[in-house]
Amino acid sequence: MKKSFYLFNPGRLSRKDNTLKFVPVDENVNEGQARYLPIEQVANLYVFGSLDANSALYNFLGKNGIGVHFFDYYEHYTGSFYPKEYLQAGQLHVQQSLHYSDPMKRITLAQEFINVGAFNMLKNLKYYQNRNKNTAEEILIIEELIKQINHTTKVDELMGIEGNIRQVYYSAFNKIIPTFPFNGRERQPPTDPINALISFCNMICYTACLDMLYHTQLDPTISFLHEPGVRRYSLALDVAEIFKPILVDRLIFSLVNKKHIQVKHFRNEVNACLLKESGRKIVMKAWDDKLTDTIKHRKLGRHVSYKHLIKLECYKLSKHLMSIEQYQGFKTWW
Amino acid sequence: MTITPTIVSYLHLCHRKLWLHAHHLRMESTSELVAEGKLIGETTYPQRALKWQELDLGIAKIDFFDPKSNTIHEIKKSNKKSFAHNAQVKYYLYLLHKIGIAEPTAIIEYPKLRITKTVDWDTEEDQDLVESWINQADTIIKGTCPDRLQISKCKKCSYFDFCWSGE
Repeated sequence: MKKSFYLFNPGRLSRKDNTLKFVPVDENVNEGQARYLPIEQVANLYVFGSLDANSALYNFLGKNGIGVHFFDYYEHYTGSFYPKEYLQAGQLHVQQSLHYSDPMKRITLAQEFINVGAFNMLKNLKYYQNRNKNTAEEILIIEELIKQINHTTKVDELMGIEGNIRQVYYSAFNKIIPTFPFNGRERQPPTDPINALISFCNMICYTACLDMLYHTQLDPTISFLHEPGVRRYSLALDVAEIFKPILVDRLIFSLVNKKHIQVKHFRNEVNACLLKESGRKIVMKAWDDKLTDTIKHRKLGRHVSYKHLIKLECYKLSKHLMSIEQYQGFKTWW
Repeated sequence: MTITPTIVSYLHLCHRKLWLHAHHLRMESTSELVAEGKLIGETTYPQRALKWQELDLGIAKIDFFDPKSNTIHEIKKSNKKSFAHNAQVKYYLYLLHKIGIAEPTAIIEYPKLRITKTVDWDTEEDQDLVESWINQADTIIKGTCPDRLQISKCKKCSYFDFCWSGE
């Protein structure tokens, strides 16, 4: 079973025969004990610390289809090493472009992403309503807003509704996680702990979607809801729309309510609030556990991990694009 | 569309799988069962790679070909889908016959089961048979994506998650 590896410490990663070797380096440039990562076990790498590497390593990673995601000092996602596509399908590619350029086809897909994303957000709110958090008002407003989704004809109009839904949704966060004050979403830079958590986890979710897209024939640069070019791989943003409420938000609620993440895990800089390294490790560990956690899939009749669920979503999208089966996004049923 | 021996073997397994494979929606590389089969093929007879040659037919590659007796050796994991294996091998023989190799034969080997099966080439009858398969496959590829089989028949297929992931 392949898994993700997270490199928090600075050091040097190199190819050693047919495996990976990581040598940590401390502040005084002293080399530590080397660790070896068998290449067959690596699904992808997340680099948070400063990493030394050469092209021989990247050639090796590329041949093995291993992607590397980089984050800067401020925990911003800065980019990925995306290995050469190994699955290619000309016709799917053409269809993907056609679905983007035909406004009718495009809006159908875009609406489905928003519909399902909003549905999953509602599920979260309803879950907490059953646990005596008074989210009834937000639920009502969002239910009203959802009705407008299918009447949209343009993507920016749809994005407007999505923005409204998210605003209402985020306003319920204060009731769900009262320990941290949260006055709405701020992105660049996040100024309070919840914003810092949301930004960080959203980025991780995006990279997870990108990883899964890599293992399908879809082109991650052609998207439907987000404008291609918003980020390099904007289809990952589209797919993330469905999984953010299921993976990211639930993770944040549980980390905060169980007090796994506390004020001490954040550092305040001028006009910005960021996760400390200790906090980052807790979040990444919880995230990794979440992705490998399984649910019994109703259609497949077997247990699948959340990670695999993202991949299934990519398959469904491919089927829609090839006119095999209408796309229906993943709705949580529990 | 080039009809490869893989496609002809899929014709006898599942038309939907054939269609998807022909449209480059491929899942084989992610399947552990496919990887297992490949491993068996690569490691069962290590001395053979030196002794006999690999034969590139353009649309297909034969792993083990014995030019002295004009025999193909095809290794398979299990004989559950033996009709499809048979069809694939018949197609190899068809291709060999076309490039002028006299009386080609094939041996399908199931090393895990310790079984082998010989497949001969009957010029008149088999030529029509293989060509009819090629035509059938071509018609399927040109049409829309065929329906799924019963789920019970799909369970071990590398396309299972692709086909059955609904909602």
